[in-house]
Amino acid sequence: MAVTVRIPTVLRSATGGEKAVALEGTTVGDVLAKLVADHPAVKDQVFTDDGTLHKFLNVYVNDDDVRYTGGLETAVAPGDELTLLPAVAGGGL
Amino acid sequence: MARYDSVLDLIGDTPMVDVSALSPNDSVRIWMKLEGKNPAGSVKDRVALSLVETAEADGVLVPGKPDQVLIEPSSGNTGIALALVCRLRGYHLKVVLPDNVSPERRQLLDVYGAEVIDSPGSEGSNGAVRLARSLAVDNPEWVFLYQYANPANPAVHYATTGPEILRDCPEITHFVAGLGTTGTIIGVGSYLKEHRHGVKVWAIEPPAGEMVDGLRSLDDGYVPPVFTDADGETLLDRRVVVRPRESIEWTRRLAELGLFVGVSTGAAMAGAVKCAGTVADGEEASIVVVSADDGWKYLSGDVWGGELDDVVDRANRTIYF
Repeated sequence: MAVTVRIPTVLRSATGGEKAVALEGTTVGDVLAKLVADHPAVKDQVFTDDGTLHKFLNVYVNDDDVRYTGGLETAVAPGDELTLLPAVAGGGL
Repeated sequence: MARYDSVLDLIGDTPMVDVSALSPNDSVRIWMKLEGKNPAGSVKDRVALSLVETAEADGVLVPGKPDQVLIEPSSGNTGIALALVCRLRGYHLKVVLPDNVSPERRQLLDVYGAEVIDSPGSEGSNGAVRLARSLAVDNPEWVFLYQYANPANPAVHYATTGPEILRDCPEITHFVAGLGTTGTIIGVGSYLKEHRHGVKVWAIEPPAGEMVDGLRSLDDGYVPPVFTDADGETLLDRRVVVRPRESIEWTRRLAELGLFVGVSTGAAMAGAVKCAGTVADGEEASIVVVSADDGWKYLSGDVWGGELDDVVDRANRTIYF
């Protein structure tokens, strides 16, 4: 079983409209590298030039933001769900 | 019974109630701080008063001077709170509001005499921020307090909300709150980390519905300056995402405890429960979670009675946070 990657609307044009893709990998960085290999147009939306995550992209493994759990080195296991979400203005209520 | 000279004196010093009946872990207590008890009904009363008083202290606003206009983007609560403060201080307020917020918000803005400028709902809160910024540029005589970037926003939580929490729950081990402007989490989180060793700060991200995230490309994204200026990434210990379905399910569970609170409180509570689940069995912990507002402004969404799928579908198209 692979890791399921959930693609936000804003990136779907770069993934051929796919809402979710299944990819193999043992870390978040692995999985995202495979995503970029399959869909090269995603690269500039996901990574900065120096290989860090785009500042307006939040990546969650099973609902946990990876910036607080080890970043791209965060381990993933088969069956995990990796969600990409754009950073937008909260309502500020 | 306490007596007060002004409605504005009713802001703050909100109560906390035990919601541990919903804790998944017997040794973890969960306390909810009820910000809906503020006079205009939300945590934003603190922020609105702080923004206006700071502007007055800086001479940006002058009490009693005629024809002073403020403009502010809000998905509701900040607008409502500012409308209350502006009415009492004699300022004219224009609120830039996405056109798909729940109707109660618009009605409350009317109650306090604010003017509403609609921004496209499909552009979400980002769209409201964008429109307010451009109107402020075009009308330099208007005062733009800009809660997303104004240090008076986190400062009031550092000065009031944080100390209240530590006073009422000195044994606190975890603080959990939702993210909007990030003012609550930055202000309270900073205060608690300085005054209570080892406290963990968890931020709850309620994702914008896909219909309303307002993005053409990722470069249209937005992180509030309040968060980056305070190096929020270093301050937070965890950041978890809570989806609309979970938010509504937990809003309903809270009602079973007699708590009539808004949907963002359901999201925060879902986060507090996740947080409680990470504490080792038998280890004592006390979580404080913020309820940003009461349930009144969500009645039209049929949050408590409707078929869950329908309510979630509606929540994906409405701005609740």
